[in-house]
Amino acid sequence: MDNNSSLLIIDDENIVRDSLSRWFREDGFTIGTAENAAAALRKLQDQRWDVILLDIKMPGMDGMELQQRIMEIDPTATIIFITAHASVDTAVQALKHGAFDYVTKPIDPDYLSHLVQNALKQRHLATENIKLKESITEFFKADDIIGDSPQMQNVYELIQTVAPTDTTVMIRGESGTGKELIARAIHSNSQRRYFPIVTVNCGALPEGILESELFGHERGAFTGAQYRRKGKLELADGGTLFLDEVGNISMKTQMDLLRVLETKQFTRVGGNEIIKVDFRVICATNKDLERAIADGTFREDLYYRLNVFTIVVPPLRERKSDIPLMANYFVKKYAQIMGKPITTIASGAMDVLVRYDWPGNVRELENAIERAMVVGTPPCISPQNLPFQLMDKKKKHSGGSLAAMEKEHIEGTLVGNNWNISRSADILGIDRVTLYNKIAKYGLQKPA
Amino acid sequence: VTALIHILTASHVAGKDLATIARAAERTFAAPVQVEAIRLDLDKAFDASRSQYSSGILLAEILSQISSTTNEKYIVVVDVDLYIPVLTFIFGEAQFRGPAAIVSTHRLSNLFYGIPNDKGKLVIRLAKEVVHELGHTFGLYHCHQFECVMRSSTYVEEIDLKRVEMCAQCASLIHEACQTGMEKA
Repeated sequence: MDNNSSLLIIDDENIVRDSLSRWFREDGFTIGTAENAAAALRKLQDQRWDVILLDIKMPGMDGMELQQRIMEIDPTATIIFITAHASVDTAVQALKHGAFDYVTKPIDPDYLSHLVQNALKQRHLATENIKLKESITEFFKADDIIGDSPQMQNVYELIQTVAPTDTTVMIRGESGTGKELIARAIHSNSQRRYFPIVTVNCGALPEGILESELFGHERGAFTGAQYRRKGKLELADGGTLFLDEVGNISMKTQMDLLRVLETKQFTRVGGNEIIKVDFRVICATNKDLERAIADGTFREDLYYRLNVFTIVVPPLRERKSDIPLMANYFVKKYAQIMGKPITTIASGAMDVLVRYDWPGNVRELENAIERAMVVGTPPCISPQNLPFQLMDKKKKHSGGSLAAMEKEHIEGTLVGNNWNISRSADILGIDRVTLYNKIAKYGLQKPA
Repeated sequence: VTALIHILTASHVAGKDLATIARAAERTFAAPVQVEAIRLDLDKAFDASRSQYSSGILLAEILSQISSTTNEKYIVVVDVDLYIPVLTFIFGEAQFRGPAAIVSTHRLSNLFYGIPNDKGKLVIRLAKEVVHELGHTFGLYHCHQFECVMRSSTYVEEIDLKRVEMCAQCASLIHEACQTGMEKA
């Protein structure tokens, strides 16, 4: 049993240190001993110990005080107190300050063996837990929000600002702009990230079903309710509730929802038991809620409850410089999924993508790239691989004189390269001076 | 290099039973085993407050009596109840990779647990503990194998569950240790 665990024995009596060392050495432990607090603290600076056996009565700093010093050095230290002078007071104090156990000498050998084994198991679980949490955090960092345009930089800043708080967030933006990704990014960077984010698509469900979906139901609450079912509000306990398309909720459900948001408690459909929940609310909508309030289809009090901190996700047409970055990201993504060696987008095709207005936003762009990846031939996507409506749009825009076409082409290339003059000149096959002349000639201006 | 093992008795265990135990040790360690008597000053190790004998003090006395060489091991058999300061009792204790070990028959006998004496069982248990403690002097750690004699036992019932032999892995480590002059395992 050559285990890799380490054990630090802190006791002022030499005979105790020796006998414990011999006992645990036979189990394959790496043993360290210390005769007083100073020696123990030196040993703790040198390495981490899996289990610490600590005596209470020692000359100088006693075991109780040493425990606190040890916890300052290693807050996850697993300490077992072994004492010949047990008292309820010291036992309570020791356990209160995070000791694993408190035993009195002499100890049954079987009990001591099990105690140390259990302490080790707990230590390993705690270490594993920390590692898993770290890996979750790493995983969340690699989210799918793409874009380095000033508009998106602003969105990132807002996410960073609001995520650590518990504030209700309303995300507004056109369909397909990635509102759910923003909600997930907020949740992933919040204190609630180890609990679930539960999405309710309010626009997809009829009123009765949405109510049951949100609040859950008791057995027999309605025809077909054969079992008790937890609702999304209950499932989101501890985490985040994401209400997508919140502008589509009926007036009755709006009222119920408002009550829950204010009291954080509710009853299941057909039930009397009051259920208390704790969640953060993030909602999203592409509707003009102010107009809905004026029209009387959205409750003003609910609007103010939800509209605490707003993030507006800009449509893709307003941040065209993000298009090449996103398009390349989707190419990589689908090349991996499809196992197809397409690695780039031809400059002509990129030009088409940049010029297009993308009414369906990022979702439409992703679909266009996915389609192009299906029909395209390696190693790059050509303009012919893009959907017809994109090409039609290009044709419509490209009509007119040669000068108008040149202006449009230069502008598209500049926008597509985030107004990087050297790179744009390279793509256009002209030198930088010529490009500056053309910019001046056509009165092109870098967007603010 | 062939090891020489000494079983030194300060107990009431019969000579023929010690011979049986010596054969078990011979098989396991592939080394000659000699059974001899030893006189120990038990009073020096007695703790009146516990009515038990300190194995640490007894081991120190054993070391003072033997002429330690790298290829000799000594295990002493006593009848008294042994302890180390932190624990309520021990069946035996060894110097890890050292020359000496000690085992007690006190808690190996059925009489200690208030049930009828079974001499045969006592001898088998003692053989297992002798081999176990000698294993530590050769540098073996406790083993996870259920039936291996090197498995840790803190109850007499656990001693009954294991065999007097070592598992294949411990046996090969012992073989290696004997080949390299009993220094490593």
